[in-house]
Amino acid sequence: MKELDPLALRKDFPMYQDHASLFEGKPLVYLDNAATTFKPYCVLEAEEGYYRNYTANTRRGDYSLAHQADVAYQKAREKVASFLNASSPEEVVFTSGDTFGLNQVAFGLLPQLSAGDEIVLSPSEHASNVLPWFRVAKLTGAIIKYVPLDEKGEVIPENLKKVLTSRTKVVALASVSNVMGYSVDVKSLASLAHSVGALYVDDGAQSVPHHKTDVQENDVDFLVFSGHKMCGPTGSGALYGKKEQLEKLEPLCYGGEMNARFHSDGYVSYDDLPYRLEAGTQNIAGAIGLGRACEYLESIGFDAIAKHERKLRDLAVKGLEENGNAVIYNPKADGGIVTFNIKDVFAQDVATYLSSKGVFVRSGQHCAKILPEVLKTQGTVRASFYLYNTEEDVKALIEACKTAEDFLDAYFA
Amino acid sequence: MPISLNQEEMMREIIIDNYKNPRNFKETDDPSYITIHMDSDSCIDDIYIQVKIKDGIIEDALWHGKGCAISSASTSIMTENIKGKNEKEAMKMMEEFNKMLAGQPYDEEALGDAICFANVNRQPSRITCANISWRGLAKAFKEEEEKEHESK
Repeated sequence: MKELDPLALRKDFPMYQDHASLFEGKPLVYLDNAATTFKPYCVLEAEEGYYRNYTANTRRGDYSLAHQADVAYQKAREKVASFLNASSPEEVVFTSGDTFGLNQVAFGLLPQLSAGDEIVLSPSEHASNVLPWFRVAKLTGAIIKYVPLDEKGEVIPENLKKVLTSRTKVVALASVSNVMGYSVDVKSLASLAHSVGALYVDDGAQSVPHHKTDVQENDVDFLVFSGHKMCGPTGSGALYGKKEQLEKLEPLCYGGEMNARFHSDGYVSYDDLPYRLEAGTQNIAGAIGLGRACEYLESIGFDAIAKHERKLRDLAVKGLEENGNAVIYNPKADGGIVTFNIKDVFAQDVATYLSSKGVFVRSGQHCAKILPEVLKTQGTVRASFYLYNTEEDVKALIEACKTAEDFLDAYFA
Repeated sequence: MPISLNQEEMMREIIIDNYKNPRNFKETDDPSYITIHMDSDSCIDDIYIQVKIKDGIIEDALWHGKGCAISSASTSIMTENIKGKNEKEAMKMMEEFNKMLAGQPYDEEALGDAICFANVNRQPSRITCANISWRGLAKAFKEEEEKEHESK
């Protein structure tokens, strides 16, 4: 396998001009990639190409300019479909991101849920994979249940088995938790869900950007993800669904281009998939940019990306452990997420201190608000790596954490 | 006004002292106190402020909950500063405090220990931590006003 050279890749990113990008006079050490990622020139150019050269609305125009936009939009859909190994492009619905995708799935399943049905989540889910289900449960009388995490904080098939019943209708889990960073065994979990007749919803926000996704191999019913966490544009994303499941999904949005015809008496005939689930003018440039981001990641290769992230995280865990003042919550995780605290310093105070040293990390509950009950801590600091991060970035993190007890220096030094 | 090194040392000490030994850190279930809960999606702060207002005067101010060093210390200092003040005086204090956080000229005399947060605006994302309790106090006054309005 080819090793990934982050310094060479930085040439692709305007945020790292000339390899040595400075922010406020300090080298830019951006370690909040689980929140969002930088965008390469090729993605910006793909988006801009649509705006500059062939702006037209899609699926409406009879003129050749519109045709060009249609072709690019369709090509983006085909790209995303092959990127996920979907069996056909019509199983890919463009969305504004992971949150919209999960809301579409949850509310789209309303007609299929009734009182007493069970929806299974985990305590480490992000708000976007919890709150739509809370609402849908409230509207239908369905019950929310949680897979207990194991002692490492991981979702494992044995524990899913314990909560599944004949009433389980939906199992919705992140394939990588945005706090714990573990990759779950999607294939086994989905197979367990199917064994009781439940649908499996894969929240791929933190997995799709970092490893190869194969929706057919994993046999998930739905998968959602955001473009902006994988070098794509903000406001872009996709919802994959097995064709027979998408057919049954009630649209969340109604309007232009999702219907074939409607009459004054309320009669509506809806358009075919995937257009039925794409009401209104879509984020056309975003979809085209997302398609380009998929190509960009494939050109680097997920094996190389995953190996690089693993190397950086191992280095970070080792360094933080050697510093002696850190508590690490996921030392054995597989992906590029390290979640920790500095003893006796509040997470947000650590993050501000690191920021004063030019090291940008996230602090707080990372939108997984049930997790603190499990981790027994109010908040944590999270460093998350991506393909353009270097060993120097990790060293800067470790060095800055050494003295994080002096967090007030952020205001005085 | 430039801040000398000695002053900086003092400011740090006030923050750390109020963070480690918070003043008026107590929860009451006395219904004569107005309780305001301040939390936000973007940070971990989860702070309750309880004030007893009688005839327009803040008779007592308590707080409990969890927050970062800046929000905890600032809440601690605020509860000390506002006791015995009327609404107008307290709101004047808040105004001066916010001016300081915004980097504008402010009345140092009016703020007491709260001047230890003069540098918080070096980390602009943390200004909302420094004034979380003051925003809570403004809410408490509003609630008190509504309560009086209803009882009339």
